[in-house]
Amino acid sequence: MKKVPNRNQFSGVLGFFLAAALLFSSSLFSQEPAVASDTEVAADAGTGDPVKGKQLFNQNCAACHKLNGPATGPALANVESRLADEEGLDREWIYAWVKNSAGVIASGDSYANKIYNEYNKTAMTAFPTLSNGDIDDILAYTAAPPKKIVVNGGGDGKTTPVETSGISNNIILGALALVFGMLVLMLFMVNNTLRRIAAANGLDIEKDKAEKRIPIWKAFAQNQFLVLVTVILLLLGSAYFAYGWMMQVGIDQGYEPIQPIHYSHKIHAGDNKIECKYCHSSARVSKHSGIPALNVCMNCHKNINEYTGNPEGPSAEDLANGYTNEFYTKEIKKLYKAVGWDEATQQYTGESSPVEWVRVHNLPDFAYFNHSQHVSVAGVECQTCHGPVEEMEVMYQYAPLTMGWCVNCHRETNVQVEGNAYYEKIHAELSKKYGVEQLTAAQMGGLECGKCHY
Amino acid sequence: MASNKKYWKSEAELNPNDSIIETLRQNEFASEIPVEDFLGDKETLSASTTNRRDFLKYVGFSTAAASLAACEGPVIKSIPYVVQPEQIIPGVANYYATSIANGFDFASILVKTREGRPIKVENNTEAKVNGTANARVQASVLSLYDSTRVQGPTAGGNAIEWKVLDATVKAKLNALKGGSKKIALLTQTYASPSAKRLIAEFAAAYENVAHVTYDAIAEDAALSAFEAKYGERAMADYDFEKAELIVSFAADFLGDWQGGGYDGGYAKGRVPKHGKMSKHVQLESNMSLTGANADNRIPLKPSQLKVALAKLYGKLNNSTVGGGDSSIDAVVEELVKHIRKAGSNAVVVCGIEDKDAQAVTLAINELLGSKAFDAASPRYTRQGNTRAVNQLITDMEAGRIGALFMDGVNPMYTLPNAEAFKSAIENVDLSVAFSANVNDTTAVASYVAAAPHYLESWGDLEMKKGHYSLTQPVIKELFDTRQFQDSLLQWMGSDKTYYDFIRETWGGQILGGSDWNKALHDGVFAASVNPIVNETSAEPSTEETVVSAVAIDAAVRALANTQSSGMELMLYSKIGMGDGQQASNPWLQEFPDPITRVSWDNYMTVSKVDAENLGLKNENVANGGLDGSYAKLTVNGTTLDNIPVIIQPGQAVGTVGLSFGYGKITGMKSELQTGVNAFTLYENFSNVQEATIEKTSGNHEFACVQLHNTLMGRGDIIKETTLEIFNTKDAHDWNPVPEVSLNHQEVPATSVDLWDSFDRSIGHHFNLSIDLNACTGCGACVIACHAENNVPVVGKEEVRKSRDMHWLRIDRYYSSEDTFSKDDDQKEGLDGLGLGNYIFGDRQGNGSLSGFNRMEDPSANPQVAFQPVMCQHCNHAPCETVCPVAATSHSRQGQNHMAYNRCVGTRYCANNCPYKVRRFNWFLYNNNDEFDYHMNNDLGKMVLNPDVNVRSRGVMEKCSMCIQMTQKTILDAKRDGRVIKDGEFQTACSAACGSGAMIFGDVNDKESEVSHLKESDRMYHLLEAVGTKPNVFYHVKVRNTNEG
Repeated sequence: MKKVPNRNQFSGVLGFFLAAALLFSSSLFSQEPAVASDTEVAADAGTGDPVKGKQLFNQNCAACHKLNGPATGPALANVESRLADEEGLDREWIYAWVKNSAGVIASGDSYANKIYNEYNKTAMTAFPTLSNGDIDDILAYTAAPPKKIVVNGGGDGKTTPVETSGISNNIILGALALVFGMLVLMLFMVNNTLRRIAAANGLDIEKDKAEKRIPIWKAFAQNQFLVLVTVILLLLGSAYFAYGWMMQVGIDQGYEPIQPIHYSHKIHAGDNKIECKYCHSSARVSKHSGIPALNVCMNCHKNINEYTGNPEGPSAEDLANGYTNEFYTKEIKKLYKAVGWDEATQQYTGESSPVEWVRVHNLPDFAYFNHSQHVSVAGVECQTCHGPVEEMEVMYQYAPLTMGWCVNCHRETNVQVEGNAYYEKIHAELSKKYGVEQLTAAQMGGLECGKCHY
Repeated sequence: MASNKKYWKSEAELNPNDSIIETLRQNEFASEIPVEDFLGDKETLSASTTNRRDFLKYVGFSTAAASLAACEGPVIKSIPYVVQPEQIIPGVANYYATSIANGFDFASILVKTREGRPIKVENNTEAKVNGTANARVQASVLSLYDSTRVQGPTAGGNAIEWKVLDATVKAKLNALKGGSKKIALLTQTYASPSAKRLIAEFAAAYENVAHVTYDAIAEDAALSAFEAKYGERAMADYDFEKAELIVSFAADFLGDWQGGGYDGGYAKGRVPKHGKMSKHVQLESNMSLTGANADNRIPLKPSQLKVALAKLYGKLNNSTVGGGDSSIDAVVEELVKHIRKAGSNAVVVCGIEDKDAQAVTLAINELLGSKAFDAASPRYTRQGNTRAVNQLITDMEAGRIGALFMDGVNPMYTLPNAEAFKSAIENVDLSVAFSANVNDTTAVASYVAAAPHYLESWGDLEMKKGHYSLTQPVIKELFDTRQFQDSLLQWMGSDKTYYDFIRETWGGQILGGSDWNKALHDGVFAASVNPIVNETSAEPSTEETVVSAVAIDAAVRALANTQSSGMELMLYSKIGMGDGQQASNPWLQEFPDPITRVSWDNYMTVSKVDAENLGLKNENVANGGLDGSYAKLTVNGTTLDNIPVIIQPGQAVGTVGLSFGYGKITGMKSELQTGVNAFTLYENFSNVQEATIEKTSGNHEFACVQLHNTLMGRGDIIKETTLEIFNTKDAHDWNPVPEVSLNHQEVPATSVDLWDSFDRSIGHHFNLSIDLNACTGCGACVIACHAENNVPVVGKEEVRKSRDMHWLRIDRYYSSEDTFSKDDDQKEGLDGLGLGNYIFGDRQGNGSLSGFNRMEDPSANPQVAFQPVMCQHCNHAPCETVCPVAATSHSRQGQNHMAYNRCVGTRYCANNCPYKVRRFNWFLYNNNDEFDYHMNNDLGKMVLNPDVNVRSRGVMEKCSMCIQMTQKTILDAKRDGRVIKDGEFQTACSAACGSGAMIFGDVNDKESEVSHLKESDRMYHLLEAVGTKPNVFYHVKVRNTNEG
């Protein structure tokens, strides 16, 4: 069930392809900005500035509204023309609504009440700070949103040299192998030439003697001491490997199980820079970091119902793995199904099916580990133990989680005592006793058996 | 030298014609081994599809498969909440204040929950009344997860739906409304203002309703006597902290007398302060926990107790009361001297189930103006009315009851005349029993309504006038259950829930403007001004006084004329089992009784003199177990057979004791069907009966955890002294440090050391202080430790083999002379071996062989001492030095660590431990059908503490000084960045201790209570001469033996 792929082996090869792909692809995008600026000019929306409008939209409206499709509030694409056509409402009505929706509802306006009831009587926040001009801008944006401006990032340029340095190692190695191969060949040729010269000069190369020699394996078999030594060495060698193999039993470093929902830490923690402890909030106060409850996911995913992270299309690597935008969107739908969220009505159906995640980090029962001790008290970064999670498409176990690994860190890590009144006295006394400036966790008692085993 | 001597191995050999002997000369076994039959049957063998090769293939394959599978780790699923409740953080415990009120135990408690599961019961320190959980309350959390609980309503054993039951009940109720037949409610004591109001409303709705309150173990006499004197059916309250002299006539107030909960106040008065402590005189027939704690214990027969009480009343009134023999007069004379001296600081309590005795006791306390006596705000924790119960059964028999609803009662088990009840219930048209467990009553009721556990219910309580508590659910109902009160509301056609109803009651009558949420958070609410108090505390008019004086005189005369011939049986309740409601709780079954130290049984206690007369025996057999004879008890024609016998030191001659709560069979797992049912002898709800005893054949195997009963004069284990010596002499006189020989000189043992000392002055250094004066031996700590540390239950057979797993035990010692100090003198007086006297003589000489032999026997009325012993966490621990794999090691904080995963089970440590506190896992106690207790089913495992490891087979375990709790306290402080205050550090036992005997803390904090206690003169370490330097210390027991 557990798969431990040898990532290192593949990474080089993958890296090579990736670098190549990037190298070629970068040139393809060079004309994009021009296209974008074209549309900007083409945007025709009365008086407003759609670029400014987009910014305002994202700041004020996007939490509850989407351009297409309902969210907490209705879709806003072409809202002005829709209102004008269907309800006969003008821009003044929109100004009034945005600045004080409750007031409009209270005034008994029929459409206002209709929409209020339709969206579960969720009152829209009043925006008295938005000027009419701002609202014009937003309306301009909703009428014809500018296409995404893709700034040709320096990322491509930056990554390539890093990757080539990795490849250059391979080239150097290859070149070395080639040189050695040629050396062998040359030696062989020199040897042949010398023999030919010798033969030509009539020198005897004592072939007969060589034929009479006992074959080396026979000589080896006859030398009992050598046999004994070899056997001992072989036994020791196999014992070494057997021990090594047995010691890895139960160590699941690199354990990368397939999860019921393909949750990408890379997208959440990496691309979107969501703080780890936003979702794993109990890591601050509890021994468990906690797998976030689905309602935490819904804090954002109520609005984010599709994946649009890759406007330029998925990379070759992602494509190879099938990580397309549609793929991710499908995973979001899985979440909706699990939490029982009906997208059409924007309501919870109440029929949920909890997600059965496969636990990646499994400490044995007899080892006590407390996240809050490390996260809140010691201020250890999550990545110290969990690795570059922000780069992990699929979560895997980064550290071996063995006792030796724990103990090593306790030996090397200083206790973070600044500003913590608890440590003041004990640190002053203990550091004096040990004659050090800074105490390690081990000196503080972090190696005592009972601190982790009870 | 040929000899014609014939050596024989068995008597049978002497018979030349014995064929078996002849066969055995030739063969190993007398009869043939049926190998031929087995292998000779060629047909069966050849018909088998599995031949030898196949068999080997299977073996090979399964071995290979097993070893391959072992290399693969299991896939562990993690399922988070869909919507996480705001207040729940996985891994962080929540505490809720609630109250238990099961009709027998009443207490305000805190419940610790983890991820929504209640896992531990703690004391509610906010509560002024009954804020401490006794052993049964501590264990009640396990009863929630009892796999034998009723999981839904049933009719005739078949599961039905609530609406079916409701429809039937409502139809019946409407049919009965206004008719001639009555509707009866037979319930436990609720002591609940809301339940009282609800039943009144129910009665108003259906007219013709009779509510009968029934206590399995009646306090009817105390209630009736109080009612006659003060006009309210309640019980007087006592504050033993205020008493300088406590005279108890068989009142087991440290046990379950009048609902219990008095130990906290009692213990406060028992710790010598400024040279003073209370004096406690106990007159009783059974050796009770209270008697064991008394300074002066006088064994008397129940009939003599009544006479003594009458005489005491007479003496205090300076009149003469006749009857009884002269020995009683001497006892009373002595008592009167003491009482006169103490005046209003004295209090007299009485546990005799006799209205006259209770009335006289109330009169004596009134007469003394006792400060500890409180009749103005009495207790309501017992309200049963035995006359009403009898009347109800008569009515049922006569067919005058149309519908019977029972809640919290089990009359088929607790009534002496259960058969009468059974025939009576057949004449009732509809009977519904609310019960959480299948029992004898649910077996005869037409409907069984599944009742929730108290941790799943709402409720309120008024345990003492003006002191209210709330019960709130801490977990959603595990099964399809509904409480009685909700059902009544449903049947009344109300759409309210009982919660709404309680809020109404509280809003209207109780809170008086205070905040409901605050009351619910605290779990308790003390009404500041109680208008009801003024009503009853009014002085009785002179007319009433005259009437009551006449009544008292009659009562005294009746008491003085008590006659008794033959043996008297005194029925009592054990600390572990109470009235038997929680008999299916394995923690309580395995809990050793504080006095006899026997678990998994009840038994007849008998004095040594009577035992010899009746030929009853106790003996230790070769495998170390305790065996006892069986006896037959006959009370008024009812016979209870096969009662195991324990010879109990201190038992009054001419009396026997037997405890309630055992002998349950219906609905119980077979392992838990222990003991005999004493309720069958509970005639007329009187705890004193005249009985005849007869020895019957056979021996009973006890599971007793302490086989040696006396201290043998080793005064350094339990040090004790008298108040007089304590006050007048130097500490080294009554608390000497033992001396050892160093370079041929006697030096204090504390000054000699085999090991280099380790510097423990930095950081925390935990110490546990145990005050032997405050410790009553109640055992709440034992169960608390069990619950906190996932200690397994091992069962009767294993306990008998001394494989009990309790990390904390409470040793009980008897003196072999009248007092422990005389034991010491006796030991000092021994001279030489005295071999001649031992072998040939009467063994009465002063040689050590005879002397120690005598000292193994406890005295007829011994002094008793309790001593809780857990791992002493020695700074120089003998266990640590012998562990070959370093599985047990020491910490800077003073705790002796035990790494289970490192332990290989050599048991060297247990052998080298001078305190014998290490426990070995002989078996896998979880997920093992051989140990079918709570750790063998998913439900029972819910009670496990997720912060403590569940140990596997083959490892040693022991008290960890609750390192999971101390570490948590430290971590919380680190996270908050603050210094830890004194009192924050707790262990399970110190937190559970309601008497303040156990105090835990950091001795490096010089301001902490435990540091002060360590500096006390009374402080000593157990077996100080061994030089282990323990981190647990005791306080010398002081007895107040001052003359009157």
